[in-house]
Amino acid sequence: MISLTSPVETRAHHWPAGLKLGLLSLVSFGLFFVDSIIFHGLFLLFVVVLYALPGALFFKNGWKHLKILWPFAFIIVLWHLITGEAELGLTVVFRMISAVGLANLVTMTTRLSDMIDVVHWLTCPLQRLGFKPRALELAIALVIRMTPVLISKGQNLTLAWRARSNRRSGWRIILPFTVLALDDADHVAEALKARGGLTNQERK
Amino acid sequence: MEKNIAYIALFAALVAALGLIPKLTLGFGVPITAQSLGIMLCGTILGAKRGALAVLLLLLLVAMGLPLLAGGRGGLGLFFGVTGGFLIGWPIAAYVTGLIVEKWRTGSIVLVSVIASIIGGIFVTYLFGIVGMAIVLEKTFLESAALMIAFIPGGIVKVIIAGLLTGAIAKARPASLLSRQIKTKP
Repeated sequence: MISLTSPVETRAHHWPAGLKLGLLSLVSFGLFFVDSIIFHGLFLLFVVVLYALPGALFFKNGWKHLKILWPFAFIIVLWHLITGEAELGLTVVFRMISAVGLANLVTMTTRLSDMIDVVHWLTCPLQRLGFKPRALELAIALVIRMTPVLISKGQNLTLAWRARSNRRSGWRIILPFTVLALDDADHVAEALKARGGLTNQERK
Repeated sequence: MEKNIAYIALFAALVAALGLIPKLTLGFGVPITAQSLGIMLCGTILGAKRGALAVLLLLLLVAMGLPLLAGGRGGLGLFFGVTGGFLIGWPIAAYVTGLIVEKWRTGSIVLVSVIASIIGGIFVTYLFGIVGMAIVLEKTFLESAALMIAFIPGGIVKVIIAGLLTGAIAKARPASLLSRQIKTKP
C-alpha cells in the first residue's frame, strides 16, 4: 500500500514524531486566536518556504496533497466577496491552508513505524484500564493487510457484474461485498484463535 | 476477543475499500460516496461499541498518513480542513446508530436501521460537520448548515440503502449481525 510519506528524505524525518505532533497541535490551535490578515499572510509564506526547503521534488509532492483545498478556498473567497468581507475571507483561507499544510508536512516527514510508536506511547496509560495495546497493534496490521485484499475482491465483483449485465452495478454490489468482508472476518478470527489467539501472544 | 478484533479491523478495511473503488461511487446526480454509507453499516451491523471502534481504527490509520479515505486521501491535514468536523463526528455517528439498533429490538431490522441511520448517520454526522465548518470558516451555525443542504438528498438515499443492506445481511449472515446478538461475557 502506498503511504503519503515523502519520497525525499528530509532532516525532519529524524525529529521525534511525538514532538512534531505536539508542535502541530499547539500551532494549529494557536492560529485560531489570531485575526490579523498580515500575520496569517506571513505565516502562510513561512509554510510555503518550509515546503520549498527540501527541494523541487518535495515541493511538487506536497503541492499535490494540498490540491483538495482549492475548491474550498475558491468558494470561501467568492462567498466573502459577495458579502463584502474580502479581508475576513482571505484570513480564513490563509489560516486553513497554513493549518492543513503544516499537518500535511508532519504526515510527509513521519514514517508509519514512528507514528505507530507514538500511538503505542499514547495508549500505554490506558493499559491500567484494561486496554490491550497488542490488540490495537494487531488490528492496525489487519487493516493494512486486508484493505488491498478487499479492494481486489470488490474489483472482481464489479467485473463479474459487468460480465452479466450492461447496466451499472451501483449500490447493489455493496451487499455481496459486505458479505465477503464478514466471511473474511470470521476466517481471520478462526485463524487467530487457531494460532493461540491474543492471550498466547501476551505471555511470550 | 479474536472475533471482535477481526470484525472491527475488517469493517475498518471495508469502509476504506468502499471509498477506494471508484466503481462503488453511487451516481444519483448528487455527490455521494459509499464511505459514509460504510459508517452507517458499522453501526447497524457491528453495534455501538464495535462500530465506533472500527471507525476510530480507520481514522487512526488515516491520521497516521495512510490514504484510506475516498479518492485516496489521508494524513493529518484532513482533520484541520473544512470537512474535519465530519471525520470527528463519524465514530460518534456509528456509536449512536449502533446503540439504537441494539436497544430497539422489536421492530423490523430494515426500519430500525433506517431510523438509526437517520439519527446517527445524518443528524449526528452533520451536527459535528457543521460545527467544524463554522469554526474553520468563522461562520454562524446556520450559515454553515446552508452550505450542506445540497448533500441532504444523497444522505437520505444512503440511509435507505443502509437499511436494506442491513436487512439483507440479517438474512444472509444472521450470526454476523453483532448488533442484535444476545450479549455474552467475552
